[in-house]
Amino acid sequence: MSFLNYLVSGLSLGSIYAIIALGYTMVYGIAKMLNFAHGDVIMIGGYMCFFAVQRFNLPPVLGVIIAMLACTLLGIIIERLAYKPLRSAPSLAVLITAIGVSYFLQNAAQLLWSSNPKVFKSVVGNGVLTIGGEGGLIVSHVALLTVVVCVIIMVGLTLFVNKTKMGKAMRAVSEDKGAAQLMGIDVNRTISITFAIGSGLAAIAGVLLCSAYPTLQPTTGSMPGIKAFTAAVFGGIGSIPGAFLGGILLGVIENLAKAYISTQLSDAIVFGVLIVVLLVKPAGLLGKAVREKV
Amino acid sequence: MGEILKVDDINVYYGSIHAIKGISFSVNEGEIVTLIGANGAGKSTTLNTVSGLLRSKTGSITFMGEDMGKIPPHKVVEKGLVMVPEGRRIFTQMTVEENLEMGAYTQDPKGIKASLEEVYELFPRLAERRTQVGGTLSGGEQQMLAMGRALMAKPKLIMLDEPSMGLAPLLVDHIFAIISHLHETGATILLVEQNAQAALSIADRAYVLETGKITLTGTGKELLTNEAVKKAYLGA
Repeated sequence: MSFLNYLVSGLSLGSIYAIIALGYTMVYGIAKMLNFAHGDVIMIGGYMCFFAVQRFNLPPVLGVIIAMLACTLLGIIIERLAYKPLRSAPSLAVLITAIGVSYFLQNAAQLLWSSNPKVFKSVVGNGVLTIGGEGGLIVSHVALLTVVVCVIIMVGLTLFVNKTKMGKAMRAVSEDKGAAQLMGIDVNRTISITFAIGSGLAAIAGVLLCSAYPTLQPTTGSMPGIKAFTAAVFGGIGSIPGAFLGGILLGVIENLAKAYISTQLSDAIVFGVLIVVLLVKPAGLLGKAVREKV
Repeated sequence: MGEILKVDDINVYYGSIHAIKGISFSVNEGEIVTLIGANGAGKSTTLNTVSGLLRSKTGSITFMGEDMGKIPPHKVVEKGLVMVPEGRRIFTQMTVEENLEMGAYTQDPKGIKASLEEVYELFPRLAERRTQVGGTLSGGEQQMLAMGRALMAKPKLIMLDEPSMGLAPLLVDHIFAIISHLHETGATILLVEQNAQAALSIADRAYVLETGKITLTGTGKELLTNEAVKKAYLGA
């Protein structure tokens, strides 16, 4: 039974990675930039929910909504102030700016809320579900919620991108900004909306992450952020199902490596697998190799 | 037959390169006007400036009485000034129908179905391939898709940039037949072409561009028989 338990907690961790990776992949797919501050938006989301629920005693649902609103707004502001002026700049400049924004957010959080870790109370409590009686499969409510939320987000985003006018416009912008403009699509607005969606997702990821791993500090988002970025590349950056698959696989591999091989080496194993996958499939598991038609 | 587009003394630069040197021309309602010229004469630059992707340092561009100088490119489309870009630039990972829907982005969603039917009637080949992704179409089909996509925006003036580029002669004839057909049904067209023969034979009026300047203008027929044009562009 212990294998199943490891698998379930791996799925839950993987779902958190997947939600973060979906944010990365959306922004990369449409704006063609790696938003390295994404992980830190997660941390801000965690703090927002923490203050709403544990300081102002608001119900957890409201806490999540406040975190989402705050992060969406933050995402829009970051995009407007830091990235929009660089729209036609080389991608390296944007990348460095994103790293700068990441450090800015971490340091701002440290200044505002100190670097002392806060103990985050799970938004769904610490209850567990036991399947198969004594010694059976134990699934925490948080794990269950995380997996369910992740699947809902993945399906929702897929439908949004494929079925709605805005989603299709995003795909058009992702392929060819100039041609999208000639269709009458406001490219700047489309990119802003993409950031808003990505940041809203980051808030959800933040709340779920802190519910599962209850220490909240200014650097909380950075390691999950990097791993989720890895997951997005692993699955094929730009692809929504790819981010989902990459996130889940990364979480499961990490957890099983921790359980059966070595806790210290788990990260090395995860990144080792990534390197092997990219050697075999450079575009990632579900990534499309770019075909140039002349 | 009023003047629908008036371009007056535009100057466009790429950094320090002076690409367009004081060009002025106009298009009247219902006309096909063509800009011909060699590679690098500034034909595409002119169209890109009219559609707002590039900006002129001087002069003005007036479309249906409105100054377009400050209007962002996505708003230009809303006004009814629509461009089919050079190299078609269809969305290769979207289906034919999704490409056409994108063309109607500025339109009322209620009218899209009717517009789709019109485009499919004009290009039956697109109707056959409506669920295929754009990247799998042949060059000629991609050109049809690019034109169909522009028609979805219900243009008052449609600008075509090198529609015959890279197409087999038979397909070039087909594309030009469609342009003539659009003209007969009342469309106003600004056509940029390297294939001067084909362009002049369907154009009402034409301008010859040489290194960023207009050097000659006249009706399509006049220019077809003009000695200088014959020598330089018609290979006579």
